Amino acid sequence: MLHKIRERVTPTDLIMWLIGTCLLFLMIWGSIATIKGGTYSIHHWFDFVIFGLAQGSIYALIAMGYTMVYGVLRMINFAHSEVFMSGPYTAYYFAAAFYSSGLLDRQPILCLMIIFLVAMSTSSGIAFLLERVAYRPLRTAPRLIPLITAIGASFFLQYVFRGLFGSGFQAYPVVKILEGEWRFGEFRLLKFQVIVILAAALLLAALYSFIQRTKVGKAIRAVSEDKETAYLMGIDVDRMISTTFVIGGLAAGAAGVLYALMFKQVHFFMGFIPGIKAFTAAVLGGIGNIPGAMLGGIFLGLIESIGPSLFLDGLGIIAPYQLKDAIAFTMLVLVLIFRPTGILGERLAVKKA
Amino acid sequence: MRKNSPTSKGILSSLKIGLKTGLVGAILTVLLSLIGMVEAFSQRYIIHEVISMGHTLLLLSGYFIADRAARRSISKGKSLALLNSLISGFLSSGSLILLIFLGAFVNLRSVFINASPVLYQLLLFGEEIRTGVLLLFFVGGVVGFFSGLLYLLTGWIKKLTLIPLGSILIAGVLQDLLRPTLAAWGPLSILSEWIFTANGLSISGAIVLGVSISIGSLLWSFKGKSLQRGIKSLSGSKRKIFTYAGFLTLVFLLLVLPHLLGLFLSEVLTIVGLYILLGLGLNIVVGYAGLLDLGYVAFFAIGAYTTAILTSQELGFFHFTFWSALPIAILMGIFSGVLLGIPVLKMRGDYLAIATLGFGEIIRILVLSDFLRPWLGGAQGIGKIPKASIGSFEFARPQEIYYLILAGCLLVVFISLRLKDSRIGRAWMAMREDEDVAQAMGINLVSTKLLAFATGAGFSALSGAIFASKLGSVYPHSFNVMISINVVCLIIVGGMGSIPGVMVGAFALVGLPELLREFAEYRLLVYGAALVVMMLLKPEGLWPEAIRRRELHEEPGEKLSNDSTQGTSGS
Repeated sequence: MLHKIRERVTPTDLIMWLIGTCLLFLMIWGSIATIKGGTYSIHHWFDFVIFGLAQGSIYALIAMGYTMVYGVLRMINFAHSEVFMSGPYTAYYFAAAFYSSGLLDRQPILCLMIIFLVAMSTSSGIAFLLERVAYRPLRTAPRLIPLITAIGASFFLQYVFRGLFGSGFQAYPVVKILEGEWRFGEFRLLKFQVIVILAAALLLAALYSFIQRTKVGKAIRAVSEDKETAYLMGIDVDRMISTTFVIGGLAAGAAGVLYALMFKQVHFFMGFIPGIKAFTAAVLGGIGNIPGAMLGGIFLGLIESIGPSLFLDGLGIIAPYQLKDAIAFTMLVLVLIFRPTGILGERLAVKKA
Repeated sequence: MRKNSPTSKGILSSLKIGLKTGLVGAILTVLLSLIGMVEAFSQRYIIHEVISMGHTLLLLSGYFIADRAARRSISKGKSLALLNSLISGFLSSGSLILLIFLGAFVNLRSVFINASPVLYQLLLFGEEIRTGVLLLFFVGGVVGFFSGLLYLLTGWIKKLTLIPLGSILIAGVLQDLLRPTLAAWGPLSILSEWIFTANGLSISGAIVLGVSISIGSLLWSFKGKSLQRGIKSLSGSKRKIFTYAGFLTLVFLLLVLPHLLGLFLSEVLTIVGLYILLGLGLNIVVGYAGLLDLGYVAFFAIGAYTTAILTSQELGFFHFTFWSALPIAILMGIFSGVLLGIPVLKMRGDYLAIATLGFGEIIRILVLSDFLRPWLGGAQGIGKIPKASIGSFEFARPQEIYYLILAGCLLVVFISLRLKDSRIGRAWMAMREDEDVAQAMGINLVSTKLLAFATGAGFSALSGAIFASKLGSVYPHSFNVMISINVVCLIIVGGMGSIPGVMVGAFALVGLPELLREFAEYRLLVYGAALVVMMLLKPEGLWPEAIRRRELHEEPGEKLSNDSTQGTSGS
């Protein structure tokens, strides 16, 4: 019995488990200390959760693009963060025009719809071109090569936007109907956070049902299951891959507008951090797995918003909020160590990871 | 070959290539103008007051687009190829004309910040709009036609056109390197003053340069082969003398280089040197062992910060000298390489890239945080790091630090060369090719991987330590993810796993942008484009390792099967 265990457990496994347990212990200890310390009231926690949900649902939308592309091509589309950035950046000029002409206040719903439409079509257009120009010729190349191409494309797009539109932050106009808050007794809900959550949920549901219910969705799933067999079944693989990129772009563009409405600014580098976070979310949920990406995104958003206060404050760390990105990346590394298949990724990971 | 029947439909379809390629060219030229590259480079002349780098950029893009059009349509006959390249040339300049007209009616500048009147003036060659537009259109056609013609020409005519133009272009781009270097060499300084003006080549200088280089190349093409044969036919001992002489010249050149180059170029050289050090380290991890590490900057930071903490008078914890801190910094680097390597042992490819990227960011965020500020200085960093010194000789100015970096580079090159053909080097390469097979052949994956991470991290920490003493201070902002990406890029562009490739990559990606100051803003843009183009056209890099070149140019059928095995082998 002991022999068997010894055979299976290598020293590196032990060290990894040790690191993991240490981190877990620190997290639990920190949380207990924070809760006992009582610096945060229940309202604070409620705010954290809502903010986390809003941020997380944006991550979930971006993560869809990563996970679907990974599903069909087995590559990390590193440039997806730029697909995300391009939408709201282009739509900004429409938003600014609507704002200065006053239309944004008179017809906010219509304007928002146009902004979403512009952002989504730009993002999906860029995603489509990206696949066509940069990735398609490399379909059969060794795996490292498309990844490096993706990194290159990401920089290229970033700096094209910088060159075209300037390197400064552009302040997104304020949409009046999204301002303000609702009060429920002692709890308050910021309007735009609720709207972000609702919109993201709606889009996620639409995407999910598109993938699950429609014929195209079925074909995409078939391609991500097995490209060659799908081809033999008469599915146009190239077209399905393009469609995947377009859908990922649509989701990313919408997520971008939500992000811009939430943080009220756009910048050519704005995609980088959310992009990495969304990829983290996709891995957390099990890459290639669509519900997993949604779950992972929301989980990551929550951890990021609650984590610094919950885990770190109790440990006496100054300014814990500075470390929120570190927490997100630590989560990624932890998940990759203990469950490389992700939360929901069991079936897929065995075959493809 | 069968002659094409000139029906109208047939011609239209055969001109499709020119239209399509021309459209790409149209987008390219407009993009180049709108992102501001044309304007930024217009201050710099290739030939003084005749042609600026901005215009050269547009001309070159037109040339390559038309060349591509000709290349793709050559199967349809020579005249059609010429026609296609002409069309693509016209389209490339036509889009600019469209841009100018659009700019005249609409205020494009409220969206595109670079769509300024200055840009339009540049595009119109400073002429009034009617003449300018006609001129522009005409130039586009000429470039397209010229490019197509050049493609069709063969033999010495083509050579005699391309070589002088190319050499003038190179001399113009590298003027900041060539001018001060030549000026430092007594008699040559007169020559350099004659060829170069303060900004670009002089007209007569350009003509003489072009003519003399083309004469030289003609002579070489007549005599070169017999010369090469002559060297080959030399007896063994004589050839040895030649190699030794070459080697000695190289050593001599390396030793006196900073004195020849002056302050600014030495500074550039030290930066390139630091990147070569980093690149050689990462080359072991990525190039030899095939583990894509995007968090490599973490070890650079660890090396720099260890040196800073140990030597800085500002913090005052320790009072080590640079030389006693250096081994500790390297050891810290190796140790953290192993430590960060352990969790990612089981990951492959993409997962590894992202996990290491995460690590790099964690380190940077931790250093930046207020929480570790008393020890690491937070956003203000650590200052007052003493320079390295031997006896009374202090490595303070770039010319002196150069020797420190040169020594580091030589050491690292030596270690890399020795490792490459060693048992462990072979194990790394086996692992790069196929982990499962390597394991089946009895390679201990755990120790092999950790060794790769540790060696790479050690080199990086060495580079970091020198960096800290060079700057005299360290800031967390110097260690962002861009450094990792830059290093990965220079390895890829140079050729993965190839030591000369790393150097070529460092000079091309780090040195060149430093020489072109206007370039700074577009550095990453060009990096990105270069990476994509490189991967599409020449994935093995500029100076590839022999094995990799063979690998990437195998038959497509073989590649496919390779890919599918990679796809199915899971972790």
